[in-house]
Amino acid sequence: MDALKYLPQILFSVLFLAGIGLFGRNVLKVVRNIRLGKTENRNDNKGERIKTMVLVALGQSKMVTRPLAAVMHIFVYVGFIIINLEMLEIVIDGVFGTHRIFAFMGGFYSFLIATFEVLAFLVILGCAVFLARRNSGAVKRLLSTGDLKGWPSRDANMILVTEILLMCAFLSMNAADALLQQRGEAHYITAGSFPVSQLIQPLFSGLGNDVLIGIERFGWWFHILGILCFMNYLPYSKHWHIIMAFPNTYFSKLTPKGEFTNLESVTKEVKLMLDPSADPFAAADPDAPLPSFGAKDVTDLTWKQLMDAYTCTECGRCTSECPANNTGKLLSPRKIMMDTRDRLTEVGNNIDKHGKDHKDGKTLVNDYITPEELWACTTCNACAQACPVNIDPVSIIIDLRRSLVMEESAAPGSLNAMFSNIENNAAPWQFSQADRLNWAQEN
Amino acid sequence: MAASGENPEILFWVGCAGSFDDKAKKVTKAFVKILNSAGISFAVLGTEEGCTGDPAKRSGNEFLFQMQAMQNIQVMNAYGVKKVVAACPHCFNTLKNEYPELGGEYEVLHHTQFLQKLIDEGRLKIQGGAYQGKRITYHDACYLGRGNDEYEAPRSLIEKLDAALVEMPRNRKRGFCCGAGGGQMFKEAEPGNKEVNVERAEEAIAQDPAVIAVGCPFCKTMMADGVKHFEKEDEIKVMDLAELIASAQDL
Repeated sequence: MDALKYLPQILFSVLFLAGIGLFGRNVLKVVRNIRLGKTENRNDNKGERIKTMVLVALGQSKMVTRPLAAVMHIFVYVGFIIINLEMLEIVIDGVFGTHRIFAFMGGFYSFLIATFEVLAFLVILGCAVFLARRNSGAVKRLLSTGDLKGWPSRDANMILVTEILLMCAFLSMNAADALLQQRGEAHYITAGSFPVSQLIQPLFSGLGNDVLIGIERFGWWFHILGILCFMNYLPYSKHWHIIMAFPNTYFSKLTPKGEFTNLESVTKEVKLMLDPSADPFAAADPDAPLPSFGAKDVTDLTWKQLMDAYTCTECGRCTSECPANNTGKLLSPRKIMMDTRDRLTEVGNNIDKHGKDHKDGKTLVNDYITPEELWACTTCNACAQACPVNIDPVSIIIDLRRSLVMEESAAPGSLNAMFSNIENNAAPWQFSQADRLNWAQEN
Repeated sequence: MAASGENPEILFWVGCAGSFDDKAKKVTKAFVKILNSAGISFAVLGTEEGCTGDPAKRSGNEFLFQMQAMQNIQVMNAYGVKKVVAACPHCFNTLKNEYPELGGEYEVLHHTQFLQKLIDEGRLKIQGGAYQGKRITYHDACYLGRGNDEYEAPRSLIEKLDAALVEMPRNRKRGFCCGAGGGQMFKEAEPGNKEVNVERAEEAIAQDPAVIAVGCPFCKTMMADGVKHFEKEDEIKVMDLAELIASAQDL
């Protein structure tokens, strides 16, 4: 009969390890997908990078521009981090069959549990406010139309409801536990302080001990299994940002926002063109891969641009600041990020199913993002500025434009005219370079 | 100047708009007047200057950008240029941030930064003059503001004019683009329901300013067109900070 006694512990251990294992596999898949991107060095200035991460991810410094969302987000975020301390106790209790193993800390334990309860309440409050904002139509960027039509909206609501349920399970567990403690039920040692759950205790007070134990156990299992499931849901969801925000801000672009990369592949060609001693008839190295210019698909982007895509939580602050989007153009920086992520997921799934060299004939440009969206961008960087996790949509837009222009010669006609003006007379308009100093003679 | 062995303090990068565009040429002349009155020795590249390549780069034509960059760098390095002042945030950004990697390393300042420096060093004195007490709103240029984190130099110049600086709701980091960047200056806008410059001009006009101050030739064109759209061009002037300073002192 001993074996039966240990059944919950064995079951718990198996589920816990399976949950962690599955999560590890998912993480590795995301890492693999990000590594499909081109190399880019973001390992300089470690000090400044850590500072940026601490400020922007840990300290949420860019959230504050919208105070209500910032405060509610802090509730949910701090609640999430602190309540996960409770996980440690849950895991130890689950594996060893103990109950409230840290109760020996006495007063400090009571303080911790009380804090968790207050935070749980604040998480419920935050999530409720977020659900209201999202579903009342009050905040344009959160409407379930446009970019967020269908799955993204359901995803967001599912996350919020799950968090509320998890916290409700936690509080019911505590309420039942406290009653059992008062009634002197064996195994339920007196520990903890329950400032929030005591408010729901009256609901349970008419119930027998068996039912209370049932509620307590249900709350416990629901809380831990819920978290294990939720953890594995993360990589398929916008909620993934809770993890990605940290590496993504660490690897932030540290150079001025106005500075765009100089394409090395182009530098080589241009130097060759301008070098009078270069041999124009020299045979190209037959083994060298053909240089490509700009990005057509996700694998042409850098790993950091792909990491950006996985970090996006679809809050839409970028799009709500975008001058093109604000004036009715098709461009939405959020959609650029979502499309990049969705295409990357598709490419990753193709690799899993059909092997590394499979081509599905699709590309990020055209199949996901139309040229009209790309040509609407003013490169003003309002999106990058607004992003709470330092995503840089402009760099993707520019790399996609580069491919349109340099690989496909598909620039809008008026831009082609501007290009030829610069080529012919070194100005974007049709003025002769010889007239550049004429202003000095005018009044 | 180089030929006569003179070593000017700065190279004034005039830019294509500053050389050819009627509205921007006024800024060029105003800035030169300020430089002359402050006794700053400066040079311009004149016919040897070519587009920095900014509009090509932002439009995705990296080839053309780098061709322009290499040629300009050759010219500037040949003259031993050390310090460049540009009256256009696009030229400024490109010269400052994107040229060094291609071999062009200079100290680069936007003209508002340079003017601020001259004032700080006591080499330029400006008094309120014509703009004392007037309401002036400042429109942040993307490539000066967000692009290079310079929000205060232009504003401090307005304050030096003893004018009343009034801010638009979207200012500094949240400044709303005029709609010209990223090559848009040279193309029709993509289909939408409003022009970006009209949206921004509306915001500026709502502050009831006497002047909308700008620090970029493209912003100047866009904002002036936006003001015209609302038929307010008689009441509200769109002026670059160099023009404001030069005209305040009647230079």
